[in-house]
Amino acid sequence: MTNDQKSLVENIINSDRIFLMMKGTPEMPRCGFSSRVVQVLNSLGITTYGSLNVFDDFNMMNMIKEYSNWPTTPQLYVDGKLIGGCDIIEELSESGELEKILKPATN
Amino acid sequence: MDQILQKLKDAFPGADIELTNTSSMHQGHNAKGMHLKTKISYKGFQGKSLIEQHRMVQKALEAELGNKIHALSINTIAI
Repeated sequence: MTNDQKSLVENIINSDRIFLMMKGTPEMPRCGFSSRVVQVLNSLGITTYGSLNVFDDFNMMNMIKEYSNWPTTPQLYVDGKLIGGCDIIEELSESGELEKILKPATN
Repeated sequence: MDQILQKLKDAFPGADIELTNTSSMHQGHNAKGMHLKTKISYKGFQGKSLIEQHRMVQKALEAELGNKIHALSINTIAI
């Protein structure tokens, strides 16, 4: 991955404090796993965040996967740091930890 | 399935591993490959973040992810 590609990825995942790379959009997810992450965020009252629909930009999807060393979509980032995919997000949500990670953004 | 389970057993020696094929729950979704679910309790997960633990599982099934396996749901437990 070139430095230019790295910058492109960093620009997009830092475009919002909370950023979700997903299939579809928060309003209309096009994958069960992406939908579940959106639901978790909704349940915590988080409805405004950055997102990328990978179907709109396969090139960016592949670059993000390489950048994060994480092979699947969705991917949730907070402060530019990968928090997890669907399984981890649901697990952190159940333990209450996700709320703590996300909280400073909404205050 | 047996082959995938064996790969996990090789990657996580001594671990307690459950592997379930949940493909039937995703019919009509037109996906290539299986939907699998795995639960792995492994000593070697100790001291590692969830991200790192999941990466270890993804790495073990690197060759299958994206072709034989369409989606893999992972639950890791450090014992």
